[in-house]
Amino acid sequence: GFRDALNQAMDEELERDERVFLLGEEVAQYDGAYKVSRGLWKKYGDKRIIDTPITEMGFTGIAVGAAMAGLRPICEFMTFNFSMQAIDQVINSAAKTYYMSAGLQSVPIVFRGPNGASAGVAAQHSQCFAAWYGHCPGLKVVSPWNAEDAKGLLKSAIRDDNPVVFLENELMYGVPFEMSEESQSKDFTIPIGKAKVERQGTHVTMVTHSRYVSHCLDAAAVLAKEGIECEVINLRTIRPLDVDCIETSVMKTNHLVTVEGGWPQFGVGAEICARVMEGPAFNYLDAPATRVTGVDIPMPYAKILEDNSLPQIKDIIFSVKKTLNV
Amino acid sequence: MELFNLNIGCSCGSRVVVSRSFADFTPQATFDIKKCDVHRLEEGPPVKATLTRDQGLQYYRIMQTVRRMELKADQLYKQKIIRGFCHLYDGQEACAAGIEAAINPSDHLITAYRAHGYTYTRGVAIKEILAELTGRKGGVAKGKGGSMHMYAPHFYGGNGIVGAQVPLGAGIALACQYQGNNQVCVTLYGDGAANQGQLFEAFNMAALWKLPCIFICENNKYGMGTSVERASASTDYYKRGDFIPGLRVDGMDVLCVREATQFAADHCRSGKGPIVMELQTYRYHGHSMSDPGVSYRTREEIQEVRSKSDPISLLKDRMLSNNMAAVEEFKEIDIAIRKEVEEAAQYATSDPEPPLEELCNHIFKNDPPLEVRGTHPWATLKSVS
Repeated sequence: GFRDALNQAMDEELERDERVFLLGEEVAQYDGAYKVSRGLWKKYGDKRIIDTPITEMGFTGIAVGAAMAGLRPICEFMTFNFSMQAIDQVINSAAKTYYMSAGLQSVPIVFRGPNGASAGVAAQHSQCFAAWYGHCPGLKVVSPWNAEDAKGLLKSAIRDDNPVVFLENELMYGVPFEMSEESQSKDFTIPIGKAKVERQGTHVTMVTHSRYVSHCLDAAAVLAKEGIECEVINLRTIRPLDVDCIETSVMKTNHLVTVEGGWPQFGVGAEICARVMEGPAFNYLDAPATRVTGVDIPMPYAKILEDNSLPQIKDIIFSVKKTLNV
Repeated sequence: MELFNLNIGCSCGSRVVVSRSFADFTPQATFDIKKCDVHRLEEGPPVKATLTRDQGLQYYRIMQTVRRMELKADQLYKQKIIRGFCHLYDGQEACAAGIEAAINPSDHLITAYRAHGYTYTRGVAIKEILAELTGRKGGVAKGKGGSMHMYAPHFYGGNGIVGAQVPLGAGIALACQYQGNNQVCVTLYGDGAANQGQLFEAFNMAALWKLPCIFICENNKYGMGTSVERASASTDYYKRGDFIPGLRVDGMDVLCVREATQFAADHCRSGKGPIVMELQTYRYHGHSMSDPGVSYRTREEIQEVRSKSDPISLLKDRMLSNNMAAVEEFKEIDIAIRKEVEEAAQYATSDPEPPLEELCNHIFKNDPPLEVRGTHPWATLKSVS
């Protein structure tokens, strides 16, 4: 599954390069708050798998400093909500330094952890940070959907000499996925910055990331019964955005629907729409692009409210039909 | 055998050379230095420091170079050739010089934004520092960083966000420990930053994991315009590490700083964990070039420090009264430094600005070239690593 793929990726990279190490809350003796790092402390010990106190700003700064001095840290946020306490270190100390130093000082670090909504954890624990981190030059921002994405992209992120924000999703951790033969290799990597067409289609392009790829594929299956063939693009990377992939698809289907869990204002979908407007694909649109997003409110707790705060399959189906004017 | 030559030029073009032999000067002397206040330590650094003639001249050269460089920066700023932020270090020279005298080039150092002195002591040439301040392509960061973002091997800047450099420094120390290289990291911050929460987070982890980190508070009595008494419930900055041992050091005496840093480095290298040092020092300039520095302190106070505690004068007077060097020697050094700084300033004002083609470079390391969005959709710029 998704969780095992992440575990495998870290295990392989820890073995491959002794400069790689993992730090964060409960990553070692607890086996990881979400069990993503299960078994790693037993295998690699205190030096490589480090439990930190609950002090995000401090340990994130420490991780960035270690990266500056030649190590290759994986800094885990128990959830990205807590990264807000450390965001200065991510942006000002990590992202901007290679530029400010004109190439003298690099920061090869990965910040990873669950992002976005979970189930019943309410407003302070449910925010999606794709747009916030995606805004900043100097960062790469990755958002895997399935187990293969998780493994290949995490390995690429760890091997990358630059700061990478790696956005996982707690609801995906337990989801089983088939992994290809190729992905079993210890050198299996997926390039950062390239989207993947998960489903070919001709009537509408759906652009999405993380958990919502599943939603879009499910919606596509329903729509197919009505003769509507959706092309589903799994972004895989938020920054840099694979605009070529999106444009190629839109020029074929003439319709665009973006789907994300984050809030609408200044979000990932908003950026995609703007980019499509500015490029060759605009002239191929038969209708304005549509964004399907989380509701513009802090996440409520009660199940019925929470369910109605996030895009559901019926919302995606409805939006596709509206866009196609059917 | 070293001969000191006094060259006296006269207008007819010939020269009279007077030689004084090396044997005329005291090669080495031992000085009493102020005892450090200690926190959670049985004993502190020694109360006597030995100084050789060569060391003395070297420390003098370094401090005077930093002094003249900063005064030149002041001048260039007033001429509007340097813009933005410029936080000058004059008055605090003994800290940078004393620390560098006690550590190895292979050790590490990180500081905040009042960084020009450390940039020099960590090995960057004056002309590359001034050219960075004037935003030219010959600057150490090619004009991309400016005053607060200059870097060198084992020198991690120059950091603009108050306090952020402290966890970074602890992380560099972690890397030293991880790599088992017996190196230490000197992590500097000011009396203003001393109240930041992230410092205490860094102290906690450094102590827990016994990181070889020397946390140094340069207490110059004012965090921007706020005096220490108005900012800190406790101004005993050397005790603020709580469970971490601490030293309070006379930061105007280069020998005191050197001995204390040596003591601290030994402590860290022996695996005892981190240590905190408070250097009591003073800045002559205001917080930055936009602060005249006299609205929150008196001119009398500044003048008193200049006349009684100037670090460069202190060293010079010590050497002269112990016959370790001649007045003329110091004059020669001063002249040479002025010339060097003047030439560096010439370079910094005549070097071209960075070419626009390089605007977007250095976003990522080891990456293929990428396109960068410009100010409008038709401006596609190129970035190479």
